Amino acid sequence: MRPIAELIEPDRVHRTVYTDQEIFDREIDQIFETVWVYCGHESQVKAPGDYHTVQIGRQPMIMVRDRERRIHVLYNRCPHRGVELCGAVSGNTGSSFVCSYHAWSFHLDGAIRGIPLPHGYDGTRMTAANPDCSVKRAARVDSYRGFVFASLASDGPTLAEFLGDARIAFDDMCDRSPEGEVEVVPVCHRVVQHSNWKFFMENQLDALHPSVTHQSTGVAASKVERALKAEGKEPPLYYHYLSTFASSFDQWDSVQTVNFPRGHGILKGYMGLRPADPDTQEYTEAMYRAYGAERAEQYLGRSIHHVLIYPYLSVQSPLQQLRCLRPLSPGKTLSEIWHFRLKGVSPAIYRRSLWYFNLVNSPATMINADDLENWTKGQWGLQSKGGEWVSFHRNFGQDSCEGDIVYSNNGTSEVVMRNQFAAWAKYMAVTP
Amino acid sequence: MSDPLKNRLLEDVVIFSGKPEADTGAQALASDHSPRARYRAQPLPARSGVSIEKDLQAQVEQFLFYQSELLDTKNWQAYIDLFADEGVYWMPARPEQTEWLDSPSIFAEDKELMTVRMGRIIHPNAWSQAPLWETSHLVGNVVIDEAADTKLHVRSRFQVQELRRDTLRSFAGTYRHTLRRHAGDFRIELQRVDLMNAQAPFDYTIQAWV
Repeated sequence: MRPIAELIEPDRVHRTVYTDQEIFDREIDQIFETVWVYCGHESQVKAPGDYHTVQIGRQPMIMVRDRERRIHVLYNRCPHRGVELCGAVSGNTGSSFVCSYHAWSFHLDGAIRGIPLPHGYDGTRMTAANPDCSVKRAARVDSYRGFVFASLASDGPTLAEFLGDARIAFDDMCDRSPEGEVEVVPVCHRVVQHSNWKFFMENQLDALHPSVTHQSTGVAASKVERALKAEGKEPPLYYHYLSTFASSFDQWDSVQTVNFPRGHGILKGYMGLRPADPDTQEYTEAMYRAYGAERAEQYLGRSIHHVLIYPYLSVQSPLQQLRCLRPLSPGKTLSEIWHFRLKGVSPAIYRRSLWYFNLVNSPATMINADDLENWTKGQWGLQSKGGEWVSFHRNFGQDSCEGDIVYSNNGTSEVVMRNQFAAWAKYMAVTP
Repeated sequence: MSDPLKNRLLEDVVIFSGKPEADTGAQALASDHSPRARYRAQPLPARSGVSIEKDLQAQVEQFLFYQSELLDTKNWQAYIDLFADEGVYWMPARPEQTEWLDSPSIFAEDKELMTVRMGRIIHPNAWSQAPLWETSHLVGNVVIDEAADTKLHVRSRFQVQELRRDTLRSFAGTYRHTLRRHAGDFRIELQRVDLMNAQAPFDYTIQAWV
């Protein structure tokens, strides 16, 4: 492997950053098992003993609520012989974890509770006083507006520092509820992408690809949308969600991206989510009552399509859904797809975002079918020696910096990828 | 959050779509380009001639077999035409779900949305349709739960093999059809599809109705 410093330049990267096993292993160590990783929402573990298993880097972990209602994130591993304590994705474990192999049991915070025939350990170093007898905990656990994160590194930025301005992902989601809160919809779609995790992250803020990649769906939806209008019907808003994909390059170039330190970013809104219908009006009135006109307008007027928390999370806050990546290998990535319900809104407002979730983010998505095809072919294409470099030259040097935030002056600027790789280089400890 | 950022986020662009097709996508640059062979359905499968009143079980089975054959032969419009005007194709995310409008679903489509899905699949620039893609359905264990004068409730099991590029995938589960009698035949009011692996990870997506 060439030194990482030779693989990354300000306007291009070497193809092996997507394909090389050693680089992937280093990413797991220095990025995914170090940064704050999203574990789940507090409402996934409502009652004491409720748990949800989650993968952080290569580490199988358990998010669990204890009897004092605190949330812990534990390594899913019995300290005796290493067997996973929870075999199901989620459930309720009662007042303790019990290992299925030799019945070592643990309190919900991971502390050892009991060992069968404990005298067998007399005189050994494996006694209850030894911390090695308890389930290891994630070094740090914190949450922001109900979203729980853990870091396996004891040092490093706080969660607030890590999120920085990109925490608006969670503010924007929760602020759109008159009660300021969301709760999880208990369905998680999981889709395996046959591509490096970076393809997804780059794609999320790539405003040039939709009209090419998603042309078929955009055109098909706009045909039905027009036919409904011709019959005098008002097409549901989701036709507009889909038909907008097939806009012109110029239209897409007018949508701005905002690029933050640490690789985070925002693709600003373009779908126009405030139609003049009675449901939206009722919702707006509820927001005005809850927050007053000025704040409500600030919350409802935020122009956001996605917020990206680099290197693994895409939050579509205005429609209360998120996609979280779990990298499996250089060419294989699991995406977990969640939807949240705004507290205190009418079923019609819930249904509006639910239908976007069904049409765009379900495993039968009419959008990602073509994205995944691109990324698969991308992963294969990068094996080719037909070229060594991946180009991010579009609008290079043409973006606006304000403090540590970079605004694209063209929606299709590849500043998104340049900004992500600047962060990647810092994590991998090289200077581009 | 700083004021400049707050102000920046209040500047909104709304794209109004409805532009002619030629302005978008690959066609904007190369009007004759398509990644795939032209969509062409195979000839319509023959329908069995079992007499209507003689054997309801056989008639229902023939209807289900015909429906799955329409999928395997990519006769999308003929498939959609089997649905009643207000018919629904629904694949819930979880078996305990009971209604389609407010449930997180894998498919939740009325006939208009089915028409969008068909339009995507047959569009010359549906990139994911460029590789070889075939399915083979097997439908069995057909049970008529209820047979009223106008309506039938039918349960069956399906097994689907799907080939995409060089990879074979398999899906299995339960169909629940609500059928309405219609001019000596049936129309589908609701086709509920419970996929056994609905909450397991999907390797790639599902492009067409199962």
